[in-house]
Amino acid sequence: MPYLSGSGRNRTVVPWRFETWALTLIGLVPAALYFWYGAHDQLGADPVNVFERWLGLWAVRFLVLTLCITPLRVMTGYNLLRYRRTFGLLTFWYACMHVAVYVGLDQRFDMPVLWRDMTRRPFLMIGFCTFCLLVPLALTSGAWAIRRLGRRWQTLHRLVYVVAVLASVHFLMAFKTYTPTSVGYAAALCGLVLWRGWHALWRVRKRGRQDGAR
Amino acid sequence: AEGLQTRPGPFQAEEKPTPLTDVTHYNNFYEFGLGKSDPSTYASAFRPRPWTLSVEGLVAHPRVWDIDRLMAAMTLEERLYRMRCVEAWSMVFPWDGFALANLLKLAEPLGNARYVAFESVLRPEQMPGQQPGLDSLPWPYVEGLRIDEAMHPLTFLAVGLYGQTLPNQNGAPVRLVVPWKYGFKGIKSITRIRLVEKMPPTTWNRMNALEYGFFANVNPDVDHPRWSQATERVIGGGGFFGGGRKRTLMFNGYGEQVAGLYSQMDLRTYF
Repeated sequence: MPYLSGSGRNRTVVPWRFETWALTLIGLVPAALYFWYGAHDQLGADPVNVFERWLGLWAVRFLVLTLCITPLRVMTGYNLLRYRRTFGLLTFWYACMHVAVYVGLDQRFDMPVLWRDMTRRPFLMIGFCTFCLLVPLALTSGAWAIRRLGRRWQTLHRLVYVVAVLASVHFLMAFKTYTPTSVGYAAALCGLVLWRGWHALWRVRKRGRQDGAR
Repeated sequence: AEGLQTRPGPFQAEEKPTPLTDVTHYNNFYEFGLGKSDPSTYASAFRPRPWTLSVEGLVAHPRVWDIDRLMAAMTLEERLYRMRCVEAWSMVFPWDGFALANLLKLAEPLGNARYVAFESVLRPEQMPGQQPGLDSLPWPYVEGLRIDEAMHPLTFLAVGLYGQTLPNQNGAPVRLVVPWKYGFKGIKSITRIRLVEKMPPTTWNRMNALEYGFFANVNPDVDHPRWSQATERVIGGGGFFGGGRKRTLMFNGYGEQVAGLYSQMDLRTYF
C-alpha cells in the first residue's frame, strides 16, 4: 500500500512498486464485469447498447480523475501525480473499447452506415474526434516520449483540455434531454478545464505583482 | 394484469415475438423516468382505475367513456405488430385492443375535423418523471395524427398485450399503437382524444423539431440527425450475440397498407 510522508503542503504519496499495474487492473474491472454480464445475457434486453454506454461513461469518469490530479495538488497539497498517466491511459482504453463496441458489436461493421456517421452526424463526428485526439496522448505517455519531446510534450498534452470539452459535448448529445448524469459530468469536465485557465491567469498576475514589488 | 377475451385480428406479423419480460422491462415512458427500466421500477404506484377517456372536439357525439365500459363495448382483437423505436431498436409482440377508427366512428367526426389530438394523463404524484427537473418534458404528453392516419385500419388503441390488461409501465389502461410510425407516436395512458381542424402540437416535436417530426414514419432513408435509421437492434435476449441487427423496412414493413397516405408528400421534408 502507498503511504503518506511529510506534512502540510509537502505531503507526497510514496508509491508502491507495482501499484500502477494494480491500478490499471482494478480500472479494467468494470469493463470485464460488464463484458461477462453481456456475454451471459445479464445486461437486460438491449445488452450492446448498455455495454457501449457503460464504456463511454467510464471513459469520462477516468478523464475526470485524470484532470483532478493537478487541482487537488494545488488546493490540498496531496500529490497524486504518479497516478495521472494510469488514469489517462484508462481513459484511452475505455474510449478504445467504446469505439470498438460501436463499430463491431453495435453497427456490425456496416461500412456505409459508419461512413455516413463519420461524415454527416455531428454527434458521432465529435465522438470520433475525441477518440482521435486521445491517440497521440496515449502514444506519448511513456517516459521516453517525455524525454524526447521535452517542452513540446507539455504543449502536446494540453490537447487533453480539447478532449475534455469535446467529450462533454458528445456526452450531452447522447441523451434526448439534459439529464443529471450528462450535465453533471459535462460540468465537471468543463469546470476542470476552466479552473486551469483561471489558475494560469492567477499565476501570471501573481508573478507580475512580485516583479513590480522588486 | 388480468386475462382478456380477444379474437385474432388482421395484420399478423411473421417475426418471432419478443419475450414478455423484455416488453415489460425495457421501454420508454418518460413519465416514470428516463431509463429503460424506470417504467417497470416506478409504475407500480400508478392507478389505472377508475379511468375515463373523453372523445371530444369536432364530433357529432362527444362522450366521456369509462374505460371498462369502453372495453365491454368494443370487440377486442389481438394483433402481432412490429414496434420500431426512433432509437433504432425494435420488438414484435401481440397487442390487444381495437381499431381507433371504431371508436371515432361512434363519435362521428364532423367534416371540418382534419387532425386528431391525443393527451396523456398528468399525475406527478404517481409519476416521478412528471415532477419538475432538469430532464423533465412539458407535461402532459401530447400526440397527434392526421385524420386519415387515425382512421386507418392499422391504427390501434391497445388495452392489453400478450392477452392481458396493459401493465402500468406499458401505458395502462389505454394507449395508441401506430405500427408504421416510431414508437414515441404511441401515446400512453390516454385521457383525451380531440378532433381538431389544425395540426396539433406533439411533445417531441416541441422539444426538438430538428430530430422529431410530426409524422415520424419509420423510414430507413431519412436518418435521425444523431444516428442512422437504416438498421435496427433486435431486442430479444441472448446477450451480445443473441439479438443482432436487421435492415429497417420502409414504414416498418407496412408500406403496402399505408404508402398511399403519403403519395403526394416529400418524406424528407415531412419526416
